[in-house]
Parts: sequence; structure tokens; C-alpha cells
Amino acid sequence: MLSCSQLGRTLPPPEARTLLSDVSFSLERGEVIAVVGPSGAGKSTLLRLLNRLDEPTSGEVLLNGADTRTLTPRELRRRIGMVMQRAYLFPGTVAENVSFGPKQRERAISSDEINALLTHVGLEGYGMRDALTLSGGEAQRVAITRALANEPEVLLLDEPTSALDETARHGVEMLLELLIRERHLTCVWVTHSIEQARTMADKVLSIEAGRITGYGSVAQVLRA
Amino acid sequence: MDRWHRCYVLNYFFHSQLALGVAECAVAALLALAVMLLARRRAPGLLKELPIAEIRGIVQIVAVGAILAFMLRGPEWTSVLVLAGMMLAAASIVRKRAKRIPRAFALALIAICAGAGAVLAIMIVFGVIPLKITMLVPVGSMVIANTMNTQSLFLDRLRGEVISHVGEVESALALGASPDAAVLPYLNAAFRACLIPSVDNIRSLGIVWIPGIMAGMVLSGASPLFAALYQFVVLTTIFSASALACFVSSLLVTRRIFTFQEQLLLR
Repeated sequence: MLSCSQLGRTLPPPEARTLLSDVSFSLERGEVIAVVGPSGAGKSTLLRLLNRLDEPTSGEVLLNGADTRTLTPRELRRRIGMVMQRAYLFPGTVAENVSFGPKQRERAISSDEINALLTHVGLEGYGMRDALTLSGGEAQRVAITRALANEPEVLLLDEPTSALDETARHGVEMLLELLIRERHLTCVWVTHSIEQARTMADKVLSIEAGRITGYGSVAQVLRA
Repeated sequence: MDRWHRCYVLNYFFHSQLALGVAECAVAALLALAVMLLARRRAPGLLKELPIAEIRGIVQIVAVGAILAFMLRGPEWTSVLVLAGMMLAAASIVRKRAKRIPRAFALALIAICAGAGAVLAIMIVFGVIPLKITMLVPVGSMVIANTMNTQSLFLDRLRGEVISHVGEVESALALGASPDAAVLPYLNAAFRACLIPSVDNIRSLGIVWIPGIMAGMVLSGASPLFAALYQFVVLTTIFSASALACFVSSLLVTRRIFTFQEQLLLR
């Protein structure tokens, strides 16, 4: 489904710092890989290379066997969705946020579809609410819905609960677990929580200082 | 020299127009120095800077006056060269303001030429601005200078908006949006903001300020009513040139702040 080999990124001169090097992993349909490691290890960089928000300087990413560089960036990002640490909702209503992705490729998403999606994430009747007045947890639920409305084949999760308070975090984690199980989502999940990795992931990739320090099943990598 | 002119103190001592002009400059320069001397505790550095700025200013403006005096005897098309030179200088000033926007000089030059150049050309074709050096150079310079300011404001504001909304811009990209769609709200905000001064100038015309060109025309003997109408012409021309330049700039800037692979460079 999704794989990468020897993926890396080095900043151009004068900085010329290597952010990530030699990262390889593969993921089958419906699998979840947890990416763990300390802050600044290169976890977010890895996600940004997968959907090409940053340009890899080495290696390749394959989506269903095809090099992602053969896809246009827009097509690639539609197929590999992303949820960031913060929701970054756009000004406007919740429904406008949810329909943003489909609208970019001139696909209309009906208000029934939007309502169904919102109901599914526990935000029934939120369609006409002003997106910028939501609480952190609600906003992150909208961000997840917004990404799913694009019907991505792979979902990248960049610590989607780390900016939330304890209660909201628990709710969003439960929601993500539910969505992953029900929809058999293929996910690359960057997380700080070993516990989250244990319960949700099929595989674990651990990174430190831009290099892989462990890759394999949860039992192999997180045996400690 | 007319009669009311003679009651000024300086006119008792200076009789040629040039000598009078130099004396007037000296009075203005000394007055500025005296004010800064009075307020020297507020900004001692400024007191030292002022004489240098005054000397620089007078040399520059006298040089321009001399060039104008020389050009007045030459063919009319030389004014086009002068305006082209001003556009080049304006683009290089905008480039300094547009830090971190790649290839900003070319962007500003294209925008200023398209905005100020096209609008001035249309006004010349209609005969609103006469193709005479004495009119085209001063009016053209006002249009170019204001277009330059608007360009600087536009690019500065756009950069600020995008840098403070990197998350939103990249979220839009991550949802499959084009770079244009991702920065659209910030392009619109910058466009609106940079044109506010131009619109307000038109709105406040006559109430808050009577700009230099009208004062100049009245002083040189034009009817105040015609001078007033012409002032409106100049300000709306400035607005058209500024808005057109910013519009052109807004069409070209996205390609500069994103890579070919649609990645945001302003981070």
C-alpha cells in the first residue's frame, strides 16, 4: 500500500543539516504504523516527506507500487491525507471546512454526507457552526472529518492529540481508534504515547536524530 | 516678481530668483535644525543625522532640477526614459521590502511597469496627461512612487499574513488545494490592506489635505477649480495604477512563494 526506501531530507546550504536519512518501511492496507521518538527526531519531517509538503532529497515513496513523484502533488495529497497537531480550521462554517477538500477537485459533497460524517465523529448538528469558535477537541474532530471527506487511502496523523487537554485528548483518541477499526484506515501515526502505540499500532518505527533506531512489530520494538 | 512677494524680509536682501531660492532653503534648513536643537534630548542621534539628511536632500533635488532644466530643451521622448529609470529604481526599493520573497525585483518591476506604465499610457492616449516633460515627469513620478509604496505594502503584508498562517496554508495544501487556493484569503487581505491609503486619499481629498500638485497649479496661475478637478484625476490615476500593479503582483507572487512541487517556501 505505502512504502518508502532510504527516504531522507537534507536542508540546502548554508544550513545543510540532515533532518532525516535512510528511513525505510512498508505498510499493508489497513495497517497502522506508530512513529515514536523524542522531540526533534524527525517524525514530523517523515510525514511531510510522505505527502510531499517537503521535498525528499534521497530515497523514494511508493503508493500502491507507484513512485509518488509520478503523481501531481495535489493528487498525492488527496490520496494521502493528513491531520496536524493543531486543527488549523479555515474561517467559515464547519460544513465549509469539511467540504474544502472535495471542492478542490470540483466534487460536490452533499449536506447529508457532511452531516453523516459529522454525526460519526460526535459533532451532530455542528454543520453551520462558526469553525473558529469551537473548543480544541471539537476543532480537532472537524480537522479529522475534513481529512476523511477527501476519502484518502492513507491517513497521516501528526500527534493529533498532543495540543489538547486531558479530557479532549481522551475523546479524540477514542474517536481515532474507532475510525481506524471501523474504516480499516491505513495510518502513519506519530505519537509520544507508548501506550497509544501499543494499543493501536500493528508496527512501530522508532526514530532518533533522523535515523531509525527500531522497526518491526509492536512486540519487537516496544518490548522494554 | 509680484507685489505681495516684496513684503517678505528676504526680498529686501535678495533680488535674483536663484539667490532668493537659496536663501529660502537656508531658512527652512536652519528652522529644522533649531527645532531639533530644542528637542535634542528626545533624540540626540537625530540632531547629528539631520544636517547630513538636509545636505543630501538638497543635492538630490537640485540635481533633479538641473536635469529637468536640461531636459526641457530636449525632445519629449526623453521623459519616457526618465520614467523608465524611476520604475527601475522603484522596483529595487520594493525588492528590499520584500525580504524572503524570491525574485522580488523582477516581480516588482513587472507589476510597476504593468500598473503605472499601462495606466499612464492610457491617460496619455486620452490626452488627460499631456505628453510634455513638464507635466509627464512630475505626474508620472507621483504615480510611480505611489505604486511603489503600494507594492511594498502588498508584499510586506502578504509575507506577514502567510508566515502567521503557515498551518492553515499547509493544511489547505495537504487537502489537495492548489497554491493559489491555499493563499487566497491572505492574498485578498493583503490586496485590500495595501489599497486602503489610496482609497482614503481620494475620500479625504480637500477635507484633510490639499496635495502639492494643486497648490503648485494654483501658484503657477491655473484656475483653482481646474486645479481641483485635476487633483482628483491624479489621485484616481494613482489608485488605478496601484491597484493594477497589485493585481498583477498577486497573480505572479504565488509562483515565487511556492516550489514547483507546490511546497510553501515562506516558513
